[in-house]
Amino acid sequence: MDFETVIGLETHVQLKTRSKMWCTCPNTFGAEPNTNVCPICLGMPGVLPVANDEALRLTVLTGLLLNCEIPKYAKFDRKNYFYPDSAKNYQVTQYDRPSTQNGWVEFEFEGADPDAEGRRRTRVRITRAHLEEDVGKNNHFERYSGVDFNRAGVPLLEIVSEPDLTGSDMAYAYLRALTDILVRGGISDCDLEKGMVRCDVNISVRPRGQSTLGAKIELKNLNSFSAVRRAIEFESGRQIEAVKRGEALRQETRRWDDEAGITEPMRSKEDAHDYRYFPEPDLMPFAPTETWLDEVRARVPELPLARKERLMRDYALPAGDADVLTDHLPLGQFFEAAARGFRNPKAIANWVINNLPAALSAHGVRLADLRFGPDAIRELVTLVESGRISSKIAQDVFAEMFTSGAGPEAIVAAKGWAQVSDSSAIEGLADEVIAANPGPAADFRAGRTAALNFLKGQLMKLSKGRANPAMAGEVLERKLRNVVHSPPISPS
Amino acid sequence: MAGVSMLRQLNISGLTERLARRECSARESLQACFDQIAQVDGTLKAFLSYDVANAEAQADEADRLLASGVTHREKPLLGVPIALKDVLCHRGQPCGCASKILQGFVSPYDATVVTRLKEAGAVVFGRLNMDEFAMGSSTENSSAWTTVNPWDPTRIPGGSSGGCAASVAANECFGSLGSDTGGSIRQPAALCGIVGLKPTYGLVSRFGLVAFASSLDQIGPFTKSVGDSATLLQAIAGHDPRDSTSVPQPVPDYRKALGGDLRGLRIGLVREFNVGGVDPEVDTAVRAAVRQLESLGAETVEVSLPHSDYAAATYYIIAPAEASANLARFDGIRYGLRVEGRDPAELNSRTRGAGFGPEVKRRIILGTYVLSSGYYDAFYLRAQKVRTLIRNDFLKAFESVDAIVSPTTPTPAFRIGEKTEDPLQMYLSDIFTISCNLAGNCGISIPCGFTGARSDVPRLPIGLQILGKPFGEETLFRIAHAYEQSTGWHREHAPMA
Ligand SMILES: [Zn+2]
Repeated sequence: MDFETVIGLETHVQLKTRSKMWCTCPNTFGAEPNTNVCPICLGMPGVLPVANDEALRLTVLTGLLLNCEIPKYAKFDRKNYFYPDSAKNYQVTQYDRPSTQNGWVEFEFEGADPDAEGRRRTRVRITRAHLEEDVGKNNHFERYSGVDFNRAGVPLLEIVSEPDLTGSDMAYAYLRALTDILVRGGISDCDLEKGMVRCDVNISVRPRGQSTLGAKIELKNLNSFSAVRRAIEFESGRQIEAVKRGEALRQETRRWDDEAGITEPMRSKEDAHDYRYFPEPDLMPFAPTETWLDEVRARVPELPLARKERLMRDYALPAGDADVLTDHLPLGQFFEAAARGFRNPKAIANWVINNLPAALSAHGVRLADLRFGPDAIRELVTLVESGRISSKIAQDVFAEMFTSGAGPEAIVAAKGWAQVSDSSAIEGLADEVIAANPGPAADFRAGRTAALNFLKGQLMKLSKGRANPAMAGEVLERKLRNVVHSPPISPS
Repeated sequence: MAGVSMLRQLNISGLTERLARRECSARESLQACFDQIAQVDGTLKAFLSYDVANAEAQADEADRLLASGVTHREKPLLGVPIALKDVLCHRGQPCGCASKILQGFVSPYDATVVTRLKEAGAVVFGRLNMDEFAMGSSTENSSAWTTVNPWDPTRIPGGSSGGCAASVAANECFGSLGSDTGGSIRQPAALCGIVGLKPTYGLVSRFGLVAFASSLDQIGPFTKSVGDSATLLQAIAGHDPRDSTSVPQPVPDYRKALGGDLRGLRIGLVREFNVGGVDPEVDTAVRAAVRQLESLGAETVEVSLPHSDYAAATYYIIAPAEASANLARFDGIRYGLRVEGRDPAELNSRTRGAGFGPEVKRRIILGTYVLSSGYYDAFYLRAQKVRTLIRNDFLKAFESVDAIVSPTTPTPAFRIGEKTEDPLQMYLSDIFTISCNLAGNCGISIPCGFTGARSDVPRLPIGLQILGKPFGEETLFRIAHAYEQSTGWHREHAPMA
């Protein structure tokens, strides 16, 4: 029997706000334990939450980026459960009235069927993206445990996907696309090392063609995207094997053991949670005004996939170039500043994608500290295109630009690097080369045409690279053939 | 000038007049409180604790300001000692909610009302006894002890803010702040013969009030007169950015509402409150009060609050539900009592098992139950719907009347231990007060007479409740003040005073 895997992801993302969700404590990573805390995020008696407006804005912005509906009315609820890392022993979240719902993410995925234009891309539906608060972090020591509440009350977005994912590669591609969008939107830095993104996986298997879902199994403790990928591979294999053996799978929560590379059941107590959700009475329902929404709409940036397609369309770039200029936004912006309205953007892309990053990393310079601007690259390409310098000289000009910051025109003038395209000068050089290399000249005349390249190289060398290479070849060839066929053959 | 020994019998306006004229000092006023506490609190047991040095420093600062020419126009409570229910956070002072579970907890911050009292110049001191976590009607649920009624030490002072009412009635302080979730200010004020106000939900910031039921709780003043109630409310009311449920609207000048007669006012009598179970002497006193209001120019009409019968049931679902979550934070991890265990779950259940009293446990269990999956719709959700109906009842009634009057409680103060075995009987002492919390409007209780016409009944105070529209405190004060000035019940002193 052929099986398919059905996967939905719940992705938790820490929002990039200056302060926490309900208090004014800083939202920063890496402080000494329990230093970014106050009575509010410690759940002291008598404190009340006040919603962070920027967190609400980032939530709605996420909804817009993920093509979600923004309901006119949203509210917060209390999710009740006892755990030492929870300061209030309830988590404030959005249960049945989230700030955003019913959206989708589109992304490139090799496993997708190609569309009419041959592009392989797919969509995953987003059930909702709702706002909640993060909890503290339990630390276990040899003789005792402690809780660090620095993270408690940090605004957290939970992005729930529909069960549209069919495998580990697709889940991986989805997570990459999702986090790219969130980083681009300024929603979150999505730094996995700092725990800014955490992911739970809901996974089930069923015989291909069957429409009902198998028993939904939740995977926890997935601390990296590669863990998500490996856990899905393991778990889907495990479930398929179990079904083949005739075992009935039941709904449960399993923990991923990253070292062992397996999933194992968590305590059954975890499954039996009744969170007893009810509306948070300390917070008013949230009804965004049109003005407020307009302010959020104005913050919607161009998303990665749209950007890639625009670069390909507007600048006639190949997909590979557009990918680089999309993934590295500052480089892409530099490119666009140089290439806008230029007739050969591809030539500029080559410099920006190849030479520029190479030089930056060789010199340990950041793009922001570059000593020349996008106009200089455009000027350099113009010099090459007009034939005033050769591509080879252009490399030297670029190196000089990089160190001195001078403009390409100025460098060419100062160094006397302008290409020699004066035919009388090249004729003189050609005579000199033929006279100095009688052997290769004779070879050419004897029909070994490859000798011309050698002679051309000698001419370029003699001109210190400044001779127009095309002209050099033409003049040499004419002079060498003239000797052989003298007088010229008249047309018959 | 009355002797300094009689200072304690003054109300706030009387005291501030003397302070302004420099006939007494803030330090002497505070000492009058301490002397009276020393005199009567061994029996009354209203105070759980008080910090003498901290209070004296505040009084000395008030005296310095008075000496430097600061007036009561600038700081209306300058030099006035005000005490707090043990549920309000006062920086550096214990805040225990009369519970073992908050043993040793010292608040690291001031409640907004405490900040505002201090800004108004008050000398804020003391921790007043209450039912544990404000759950109760008699202070018998306090983990410390039961406060007694200053009119009869064999009787309860009411609750949950029993210490607040008893201390003011016994002249141990000039006013106090308590909290009212289902009647916890109005009921003890009535039983102790003083003025207690529950402001409109959202008028006074709850920041720093240890939550019992967040959507019902409101902080309010206990005072010896209606004028003092207006003065204290003026000091604590108004929007607070730290409380999302506090309403951002300007606060009127409440003292301007005092004075004048009641001509043109329509006062409603609730048809559904006309039930059995009201003590005959309470009934007689309230009927007399209604006639008095009529003689002051008010017109009385019957109004209907058709869903009143469901108020108690609704209240005892919503309040415990919210409490079950609000009290979850007391887990022994970060502060207060801790009973160690092998793992966090055991530490937690041992701590809570040892730290909470039986009534608190009862309500946590009740609240957990009504929120449980499978029961939520039948209980919590339905209760919220009935709550909306109750609120609409009031809004409809207030279309035809400016205020509603009723007894505050069905009976005068009952005997200590009389109802402890029967929680349902205890819950019934709130039947006239809880609708107001569910609807979110305002209510005040003022003295309207005494029992004891018959020789077999002791002389106990009776309270008249006046309910107002949302943010209708000015009308409450106008009616209450006119009644008070025309009767003088507030000039009666408890035997312990
Ligand atoms: Zn904080």
